[in-house]
Amino acid sequence: MAPQPPLLTMSGITKSFPGVRALDGVDLEVQAGEVHCLLGQNGAGKSTLIKVLAGAHQPDSGEITWRDKHVTLGSPIAAMRLGIATIYQELDLIEGLSVAENVFLGHEPTSAGFVVRGSAARTATAELLKRLGHSEIDPTTLVGDLSAAQQQIVSMARALSHEVRLIVMDEPSAALDPEEVDNLFRIVGDLTADGVSVIYISHRLEEIRRIGDRVTVLKEGRSVAGGLPAETTPTDEVVALMTGRNVEYVFPERPKAGFAAGRDPVLTVEGLTRRGEFAPVDLELRPGEIVGLAGLVGSGRSEILETIYGARKPDGGRVLIDGAPLRPGSVRAAVRAGIGLAPEERKAQGLLMLESVSSNVSISTLSRFARAGWLDRRNERAAAHQAVRELSLRPDNPDAAIRTLSGGNQQKAVLARWLLRGCKVLLLDEPTRGVDIGARAELYAVIRRLADEGLAVLLVSSEVPEVLGLADRVLVLREGSVVHTADARELDEHRVLDLVMEGSLTP
Amino acid sequence: MTQPATAAQKQAPTSAAKSAGDQESSRRPGLRWDVRSLSLLGVLAVLVAVGGITAPDQFLAWSNLQLVLTQASVIGVVTVGMTFVITSGGIDLSVGAMVALASVWATTVATQEFGFAGILFTAVIVGVGCGLVNGLLIAYGRMVPFIATLAMLASARGLALQITDGSTQVVTVGSVLDLGARDAYILGIPPLVLIFAAVTVIGWLLLNRTTFGRRTVAVGGNAEAARLAGIDVRRQRLYLYLLSGLCCGIAAFMLIVLSGSGQNTNGNLYELDAIAAAIIGGTLLSGGRGTIIGSVLGVLVFTTITNIFALNNLETAVQQIAKGAIIVAAVLVQRRSMRGGDA
Repeated sequence: MAPQPPLLTMSGITKSFPGVRALDGVDLEVQAGEVHCLLGQNGAGKSTLIKVLAGAHQPDSGEITWRDKHVTLGSPIAAMRLGIATIYQELDLIEGLSVAENVFLGHEPTSAGFVVRGSAARTATAELLKRLGHSEIDPTTLVGDLSAAQQQIVSMARALSHEVRLIVMDEPSAALDPEEVDNLFRIVGDLTADGVSVIYISHRLEEIRRIGDRVTVLKEGRSVAGGLPAETTPTDEVVALMTGRNVEYVFPERPKAGFAAGRDPVLTVEGLTRRGEFAPVDLELRPGEIVGLAGLVGSGRSEILETIYGARKPDGGRVLIDGAPLRPGSVRAAVRAGIGLAPEERKAQGLLMLESVSSNVSISTLSRFARAGWLDRRNERAAAHQAVRELSLRPDNPDAAIRTLSGGNQQKAVLARWLLRGCKVLLLDEPTRGVDIGARAELYAVIRRLADEGLAVLLVSSEVPEVLGLADRVLVLREGSVVHTADARELDEHRVLDLVMEGSLTP
Repeated sequence: MTQPATAAQKQAPTSAAKSAGDQESSRRPGLRWDVRSLSLLGVLAVLVAVGGITAPDQFLAWSNLQLVLTQASVIGVVTVGMTFVITSGGIDLSVGAMVALASVWATTVATQEFGFAGILFTAVIVGVGCGLVNGLLIAYGRMVPFIATLAMLASARGLALQITDGSTQVVTVGSVLDLGARDAYILGIPPLVLIFAAVTVIGWLLLNRTTFGRRTVAVGGNAEAARLAGIDVRRQRLYLYLLSGLCCGIAAFMLIVLSGSGQNTNGNLYELDAIAAAIIGGTLLSGGRGTIIGSVLGVLVFTTITNIFALNNLETAVQQIAKGAIIVAAVLVQRRSMRGGDA
């Protein structure tokens, strides 16, 4: 490929968000007509990178060269005009519009500049669908009536409705069954034969080997390897590049082995399952123990947690606290039995953003501070203050507005809520998301201390080192099933990634 | 005004933050609304000045003040209930229709036979009953509040017309009529104003001092977070629409007292007046923040405008334009103060 200049060159791309450096110097080079794969762990910066490429994020620094010309991708429209189309993981189609209307949304064929020529759009859509091997999809169907796989085809048709030279696909195979994946690969093959380039993101190494030409590996916002041959680079080498972070997490020491072992389990999960989300799970959690669930986004981690908590109704199985079964699908039953949840989306699911720290902490314990419904606010405030003080929340002011706090301190407020209530089982979903590195160590120490005081903790995190460093025992999930259970000290990041990506340990 | 202080102490050292927290009385919950309420008081003061200048003899007369307060009382009670519903992130479009239905049901010949107690009881029960239907449909039938209460608006108005056949039902119970007489006073205050004051005080306490109020704010601020914190969001929603219905029942009784009759056209467009008063008072239409004091001030502002326009013989058309302008201005001010606080 040497004589031809690359289609796209990105060099030294950086991008920071408040508290996080998402991209820290990424280089990427894509040739015309190749399938270039992006690999990296959760949080390595893949999503941010493709958003920069789609014009949705502006990089802080770095250069983008497109067909030998220096360009700025100032907006999604600018990227589209150059011929860059992105198919996101969460499909961005409008369900109430028809297939043809979605495909030509924003660039409808028109007469006199504004009268939409529906028939032209439908004909063109039908042609695109035929090219994609899905002529059975009727352009007039509402997108909301299509299956997930069909919607993906529509998304692709939309990309192809533009003069496109580069298509970015973010985990396109995640929602597809094997037959549909074959069709996807055939489409990718046709596209590259026409000289269109594809940036392909997937966690499935076997797919990358099948259709990829070259691989770029991201780690912690940096490209650690670029242009590796997709077919021949050994799995070992790829995984090694993805793992071994430079940031040293400081984890608290684990108590001596066997501390929790002799005790009766406080939480027992028997065959809990939800169709399409996770296969039957068995789990025991003892006081003083931290158990981690490791797996990729979409592996069913959060769903398991929320089902234990009663926020989702199980299709089978049951949850017991101290041997007594809980009413399935009832958050109130779970809370009353002594389960607390720090949800994944802290702002959307955990906090009352307009309220004070004190109101946020006492929300699950209100009746304790009330006589005949009448709140004893001094008592409430004092108790909330005590709880946040125990977790060294900053500022040490229960009246502070919760939205002015940093992510780590907001998370402490959520923990203080359950500390105040005095729960037995704490479910933590991505407890350090949006928390900066320095504050993490403190949060880890708090979680370990709560466990040492007799709490049972179930931890979900997409950051493998976090699960391994904090938990005593780890369950590895892959596509809704537990594929491995082990003492955290017997696992390392490499082995977990092997399990998560391949489903088995490579020798 | 309180925002810069809290934003600045984001990462403040412990000791400083502690003393700031103890001394910062303006941040104490419940007094939080002083600034916005003060600005609304300012508007009210301007209106009083305008009224005093344009119609000096009539406007400032004691009898006129009494009239303004009495007129504000009926819609004021409805607005207190509406404030709770809006604070929880809901809306109740059926308040006017519930007032109409309760007022005609409570003034049928059959009901009037039971005298004062019969009328009061019926008005309240009809209000609560309608609220119960709203609440069940919204909380357990998972209907959107806008739709459920819109349906109630249509049916309750229809039923009111059915009962009266379009005629005015005159009240013959003496004790009820006495309560609405011009010279009727309890503790030196017109009875309807006294009811309004009582509802306001109870409403304020309920919103700011009880678990019920806190849960209302939580459901409106973030229903998902409230659910995951173990709050029974559905039951709370049911109670809130019951409360709104109860307020409408009380307001219907007040209207019967005031007019000495029950009509199916009672409470026309109350839903718009109550929503507007709550919004200009500072209650967030999206939920999560509500203020009873603000709502009451909002009602007083609107009633005073109506009064001034009437005293100056201006058309209702002009009056309505002025109302609209005030709503827009108030929401713009509210938006600005929100933006100032949002990091």
